[in-house]
Amino acid sequence: MTIELGHFSAALGMAVGLLLAVLPLWGSHRNQASWMQLARPLATLQLVLVAIAYLALTRAFLVDDFSVAYVAANSNTQLPTVYKFSAVWGAHEGSLLLWLLFLTLWTALVARFSRHLPLPLVARTLAVLGWVAVGFHLFLLLTSNPFERLLPVPAIEGQDLNPLLQDPGLVIHPPMLYLGYVGFAVPFAFAVAALLGGRLDAAWARWSRPWTNMAWVFLTLGITLGSWWAYYELGWGGWWFWDPVENASFMPWLTGTALVHSLAVTEKRGAFKGWTVLLAIFTFSLSLLGTFLVRSGILTSVHAFAVDPTRGAFIFAFLVVVVGGSLALFAWRAPSLSGAVQMSGWSRETLLLINNLLLTVSALSVLAGTLYPLVFEALSGGRKVSVGPPYFNAVFVPLMALLMLAMALGPLMRWRSTALADLRARLLWVIGAVAVAVAAGPWLLGHAWVPATAAAIGLAVWLIGGLVADLWRQAGLLRGKGGVARLGAGYWGMQLAHLGVAFTALGVVLVSQHSTEQDLRMAPGDSVELAGYRLTFEAVDAYSGPNYEAQRGRFLVAHPDGGQSLLLPEKRRYLARGNVMTEAGIDPGATRDLYIALGEPLAGGAWAVRLQYKAYVRWIWLGGVLMAAGGGLAVVDRRYRLKRQRNPVPAAASGIA
Amino acid sequence: MHPLRRQRLLLVVAGLVAAAVAVALALVALNENINLFYSPVQVAAGEAPAGRPFRVGGMVVENSVARSGDTLDVRFAVTDYEATVAVRYQGILPDLFREGQGVVATGQLSPEGEFVATEVLAKHDEKYMPPEVTAALEQSGAYQRANSQ
Repeated sequence: MTIELGHFSAALGMAVGLLLAVLPLWGSHRNQASWMQLARPLATLQLVLVAIAYLALTRAFLVDDFSVAYVAANSNTQLPTVYKFSAVWGAHEGSLLLWLLFLTLWTALVARFSRHLPLPLVARTLAVLGWVAVGFHLFLLLTSNPFERLLPVPAIEGQDLNPLLQDPGLVIHPPMLYLGYVGFAVPFAFAVAALLGGRLDAAWARWSRPWTNMAWVFLTLGITLGSWWAYYELGWGGWWFWDPVENASFMPWLTGTALVHSLAVTEKRGAFKGWTVLLAIFTFSLSLLGTFLVRSGILTSVHAFAVDPTRGAFIFAFLVVVVGGSLALFAWRAPSLSGAVQMSGWSRETLLLINNLLLTVSALSVLAGTLYPLVFEALSGGRKVSVGPPYFNAVFVPLMALLMLAMALGPLMRWRSTALADLRARLLWVIGAVAVAVAAGPWLLGHAWVPATAAAIGLAVWLIGGLVADLWRQAGLLRGKGGVARLGAGYWGMQLAHLGVAFTALGVVLVSQHSTEQDLRMAPGDSVELAGYRLTFEAVDAYSGPNYEAQRGRFLVAHPDGGQSLLLPEKRRYLARGNVMTEAGIDPGATRDLYIALGEPLAGGAWAVRLQYKAYVRWIWLGGVLMAAGGGLAVVDRRYRLKRQRNPVPAAASGIA
Repeated sequence: MHPLRRQRLLLVVAGLVAAAVAVALALVALNENINLFYSPVQVAAGEAPAGRPFRVGGMVVENSVARSGDTLDVRFAVTDYEATVAVRYQGILPDLFREGQGVVATGQLSPEGEFVATEVLAKHDEKYMPPEVTAALEQSGAYQRANSQ
């Protein structure tokens, strides 16, 4: 019965979503406060109903109710309980329900934390979120219903969750990613609501910023976790594949990052208004496009769900409505957004403009590479083509190098205009440090001097030097006024996030340039030398896990400094589906990982073995965590919690239509 | 010129230059880095390029996988049930690689007409079939057969 309750609750949730989409909007049009005030309770009610539906599905997993088709296809009595929770979002239908849950959660949060916003703006924003929710409710109930029963004959045993997903990393990766994807619906809704109301000012930007930052933090964490998971779980030791589905999450991240920065200009200087709105629209559209690419199966990807054309068609239609509708609204309303502000050559605005250009162009180039196979297929009459990582690297890496060049300067610049002499004086020692870093950096990090590494270290030192120089400048400005302790959380967040970029860039380049890999045939007793480490394959023994049988290799590693470690890579066979899975054995470290994966058993007790030395690979994810932490700090900045404060920049308020 | 107009003009010019550079980079990179897909029938008919990487895909022929005794060399055959391509690969095959499963391999034709793969992909979900393989099988009319196996 509970599953029918869940189904019913989801359907009711859609009805409430429809009310939320229509009534407050009508109220704001007719200026009826009572109708607009319906938005908040409706948003909360919608969350409650969807949560009931979600809990009902979770319960079906926990009690092994295999009369539910989705549970039968994705669970098993032997599945450990923690994975029964995560199996709810292990396949298409349930993950869509999670999407919807998060969308209604964000909606309810906007309803809860918008007391200081003008009622018409709240009503419009929540209504727009209501429309988005209605779209996803329809998608769920019409094409991807997780509540369908296998009647009259329920399955006796479930087919089990895909073993790849039976992993702690995959328990948290999708929720983080979805919170990020869906979170960008909030700035989108704010932007559309502002267009509807014709009011786009500094206050609007200030309200949007914490929500945008929060979505960005979750997306950053989601992508970082995904990269980490792919590294240790897929058995290849790769951390990014430029796979269409990875790109699907990366494109909204790039435009979302641009949005975070352009919102700063809109808030502080009242400029870039139309552009900021466009970015908000693009970012959410790219989130939807990502969903479309993943769910429709039109691209070759390791992540793709089983294909169903009606789903692809639905989400494509939805995408067209959202993008087309919001762009039409933009075209209609944008002329009323006068936002031109005098701007000199060297100012923070200029640097943020460069930031936005580079990030948008990178997003476009990733989009081009991702969609090129589709375009090619259409133009060539069905010929299939794939775009490899070299394309993405060739286009993306130079753009990121330019971005890092600009990133050091941005914080040092002042709004309106900056005295170049002052800037030069502050950057002199940084340039010296960069020169030393380029010359000696690779050796200091323990690796051979190669141009790419030297350039990356130079850029990282340039970036970090810029951050330190700015901190120095702030300390000078605040001397006698409380010092750097007076700097807000937003400032430290910016510093931390930019520091994260330096770490990620270093990790990416070092691991690409200084790693070694050997695929070998090894028999127990064999030993081999890898980057100064001696690896001895001692034995393989068998053991049984809760729902799998495993062959576990024992590798003794002798370190160059005399230390030792034991690595236990596994080959698992999951019983329910008979799937074979690789669990890598990893010896993690701050400056390197040792990575061993078992391939397949060969004749004579030998195994195919993949041995890898990954230089500084952890810095990639450390950087991601720092970026997310920085974004989180910016969210809690006191400035955003102050009630309706007076506008700090009078000039910025001039854009009211 | 009016400073505001000059500023707008500069913005537009900067945007256009950035876009042009990106498009140029992208086109050059795309030209060098796309891999066309050929079905085994097309390879057998000599349509696939020599001396240039491409991708081939189909079902791994039953009983065709042969490991060498002392190295990681492996040979197998890929078919669309009309023609068959012999593939040589050195290294570790993915977990879901199995005889009778759909795979996509990237590599080049050797002078002897053998496909030397640098990468072999089998998908992570056993229910999932790479779209290229599905299309190749549909073209050779063998999709029903492959599906019913």
